[in-house]
Amino acid sequence: MTQHLPVLQVVIPLVLAPLCVLVRHPRAAWALAALGSLCAFGIALDIVSTVLASGPLSYDVGDWAPPWGIEYRIDAVNAWILVIVSLVSTAVVFFARASVEREVEASRVALFYAAYLLCLSGLLGIAATGDVFNVFVFLEISSLSAYALIALGQDRRALAAAFRYLIMGSVGATFIVIGIGLMYATTGTLNMADLADRLPGVWHVRTIKVAYGFLAVGCFLKLALFPLHLWLPNAYTFAPSAVTAFMAATATKVAVYMLLRFFFTIFGAAFSFDVMNLDMVLMPLAVAAIFSMSFVAILQTNVKRLLAYSSVAQIGYMILGISFASVTGLTAAVLHLFNHALMKGALFMALGCVAYRIGSVHIDAMAGLGKRMPATMAAFVVGGLSLVGVPLTVGFVSKWYLILAALERGWWPLAVIVLITSVMALAYVWRVIEAAYFREFPGDRETREAPAALLVPTWALVVLNVYFGIDATRTVGVAERAAEILMGAAP
Amino acid sequence: MTSSLPPFLVFFVGALLAAVTRGTVRKVLLVLVPVAGALNVWGVEEGYAWQLEFLGYVLEPVRADRLSLLFGYLFHLAAFIAVVYSLHLKKAENATVQHVAALVYAGSALGAVFAGDFISLFVFWELLAVSSAFLIWSRRGPGSARAGMRYLVVQVVSGVALLAGALMRVHETGTLSFGFVGLDGLSGWLIFLAIGVKAAFPLLHSWLIDAYPEGTPTGTVFLSAFTTKVAVYALARGFPETEILVYAGAAMACFPIFYAVIENDLRRTLAYSMINQIGFMVCGIGVGSALAINGAVAHAFNDVLFKGLLFMSMGAVMHMTGKTKASDLGGLYKTMPFTAVLCMIGAASISAVPLFNGFVSKSMIMSALIDGGYMWIWPVMLFASAGVVEHAGIKIPFFAFFAQDSGIRTREPPRNMLAAMTVAAIACVAIGVRPGLLYGLLPYAVDYHPYDASHVLTQIQLLAFAIGAIVVFQLLKIYPAEIRAVNLDADWFYRRAGARLVRRTGDAVAQAGVALRSAAAGVARPMYEGAFRAHGPHGPLARSWPAGSMVLWVAIMLAAFLLFQFL
Repeated sequence: MTQHLPVLQVVIPLVLAPLCVLVRHPRAAWALAALGSLCAFGIALDIVSTVLASGPLSYDVGDWAPPWGIEYRIDAVNAWILVIVSLVSTAVVFFARASVEREVEASRVALFYAAYLLCLSGLLGIAATGDVFNVFVFLEISSLSAYALIALGQDRRALAAAFRYLIMGSVGATFIVIGIGLMYATTGTLNMADLADRLPGVWHVRTIKVAYGFLAVGCFLKLALFPLHLWLPNAYTFAPSAVTAFMAATATKVAVYMLLRFFFTIFGAAFSFDVMNLDMVLMPLAVAAIFSMSFVAILQTNVKRLLAYSSVAQIGYMILGISFASVTGLTAAVLHLFNHALMKGALFMALGCVAYRIGSVHIDAMAGLGKRMPATMAAFVVGGLSLVGVPLTVGFVSKWYLILAALERGWWPLAVIVLITSVMALAYVWRVIEAAYFREFPGDRETREAPAALLVPTWALVVLNVYFGIDATRTVGVAERAAEILMGAAP
Repeated sequence: MTSSLPPFLVFFVGALLAAVTRGTVRKVLLVLVPVAGALNVWGVEEGYAWQLEFLGYVLEPVRADRLSLLFGYLFHLAAFIAVVYSLHLKKAENATVQHVAALVYAGSALGAVFAGDFISLFVFWELLAVSSAFLIWSRRGPGSARAGMRYLVVQVVSGVALLAGALMRVHETGTLSFGFVGLDGLSGWLIFLAIGVKAAFPLLHSWLIDAYPEGTPTGTVFLSAFTTKVAVYALARGFPETEILVYAGAAMACFPIFYAVIENDLRRTLAYSMINQIGFMVCGIGVGSALAINGAVAHAFNDVLFKGLLFMSMGAVMHMTGKTKASDLGGLYKTMPFTAVLCMIGAASISAVPLFNGFVSKSMIMSALIDGGYMWIWPVMLFASAGVVEHAGIKIPFFAFFAQDSGIRTREPPRNMLAAMTVAAIACVAIGVRPGLLYGLLPYAVDYHPYDASHVLTQIQLLAFAIGAIVVFQLLKIYPAEIRAVNLDADWFYRRAGARLVRRTGDAVAQAGVALRSAAAGVARPMYEGAFRAHGPHGPLARSWPAGSMVLWVAIMLAAFLLFQFL
């Protein structure tokens, strides 16, 4: 049984999804989704402890030996991604019960959970697999279900946003499959480890460079790197609250993982940075993303949209970390994957609480909420401080490593940029705090604190924000290990 | 060593309790917190430290040596006085927020002076900023919300500069420990800048003038005690004997005088005078000899007492009459005799009248200047001292309590206010009469006697001259609006030049400030507008794009990526 865990992780949600459609009952469907998430989370924790203790796991699907069969290969990097995705999914699924009942028609709730489980399974699959074509398959599973989830939003603009995301997502996936195809044409293999062995022999072949280009742009699109982020703000804004929290905390993270896998494990850091000059591409885009998107966020009036733009800026930090091409830089990036999932998960869930009670997340509608919904707004404040990077929160740990990495390379202007943009983050977080705590509540509405069903999962993530901000040894340990593996310094 | 708690902890726990209690229980608790803290810190000895590991670095949230202990005692005394002063607050004055913020603020100041590493310092630095902003917001007056926000932004930026400098320093030296920093390299300058903002260096000072007069009457007493003194502590720790500080300090001691003399709002006058006093301390730290450092920290100690006393008396006036403008007040001695006397004790102390505490510390700095060979700075500081007499020593009590009777009839302030002012006044006189009380606590051994003939005579001449000048101005009805030539003793010729320059320089400085500000606005506004056009809600960077143009971007990216590889 235990040797099947790597694949069960993906298969359990995949099998539970059609069951949701069959049972039709909203609560029963929710129970299945919760079961799927909890199983995935439990398995992920088991896998990560095994991997950290005794090295990478390998699982041959259907007992077909690699490189012919599909291999699931899990090392510290993707074990970590599995934990992030399943942890967030578990928190969100408990949040979703009340939130989705409010925001999605009753007849569609079962379908919602089916799509949710499919999306979860796709994201876990991308992370777990060691086969590049399998990556594409799971990418399509997660993306198609994500379009459906977004389209379930109350606002009619959700449909248009989902459609636009569908076009962009398909373009991205197509680019990735073109890249995979070109690699296959040149090397004749789809297994990641096998590809990593064979690619150095064909570095000079132009096809490989073109494949690299397609894969790069495909990944940039999926992870919403500036200026290919244009699909993201609308998709996040109009999706149901639970979906926004889930997608913001997982989908782009898995895309970043894909980028890391393709460019560090398969092509190798040497090829990426010495031949393809990836750092020269990533760094300017990352800096532009951080600056420009933080500024856009400051001027937004819809708080969900504000946080969506802030996500694009935060992705810039991860990409900046990757562009340093050093173990410290990658540590910062991998740490921020986890930390950003915690903070954005908490923030979007707090916004979900607000939407549950007042039906709007416009900044003016949140006036005076600090008194009416103290627990919700306190969660938002802690999450916001984490986003800014205040000490004792996870945001500080991320920024710390990012700045160390910048100084290690001697690029102190980038360290200064990180600090300046933290102040910009403070500005946009402050706008919400100012509205909630310093403006008077319009007296005509009767508003109470959000129900415990929403607050408990939200605060669970908030507490993690603080816990891992104080005791960062575990997260930093895993991130360092992952960074060493990616740089080829450790097996 | 002892079983003492970290000093800041007492205040943070106290703040927590103050948030949940009300009424008499809270009043007792509020008074007990600084007392308990003082007993606790009394047990802390040199060498007491508390260390922990964070991200592979050793942090030292508590580290006690003579310098930090001195500030520790001082902050407990200041917190006690200010807490007593604010006991009367009612719910309508946002009492809970003010009490909690004040205790957190005092605790953060203690945390900062006992912090042994830059990260702990940074944490307390930012806590200071945030908690003190609430003391400004609590006034709820017109402008205090905005002034509080401006204040907070400046303070947070100072914190960011501190963190940036600290990080670069870690990278250079591999240690986070907060000791001598010095001005070599960018990291040193960043830390210097961060402290400079908090210490209100010239050109970095406007937040102080902007924010302090906007605070609540009680909040300003807290504000005057902590933020700038933490900065003085940090300078004494990180940048002793840095020559630029001598000149910066001299500039700080002089330029506010011009503003203070023409300022009508008495609390704002005190804010200017605060910068002027910090100038003396900064100057002393810049000289850096044992005597100078002793003088600087002793002056910080005394400044908290007498500036607190002056702010308290003006706060009492404001509390009872609602006014702080010199032109609205006058003649209050008839109805507030106690307050008037206490205010005059504060005024005598700040003017460094012998037998009051300002004298015993300021004369140390002046002597250190001569010993250090700063012959040109010494007269400048003497001029600044005369200016103090004029704008703080005479102007404050004169316009509030004497001058032309404004017709206001009021009563003495609440008893707790009087009690707090009395404690401060007693401390001022006690230290003035028995300087040994303070000298025993200073970081270096003291072999200094303020009461010798030359010091006392110099000071009395200075005072006599300055007071004489004001009397003449008053008789000629040219104070403070116009100042003509005054017959002066030849010894004080520079003062005459100063007197003539008062208005002209004041105007020129003010005009230069306005010009600088509009020039800055001229540059910044088009930049902001350009950025807003691009990033605003309807700008191209924030608009929803049709799918076609998004795909176009993808194509551009791919083409660029491929071209980049093949060129």
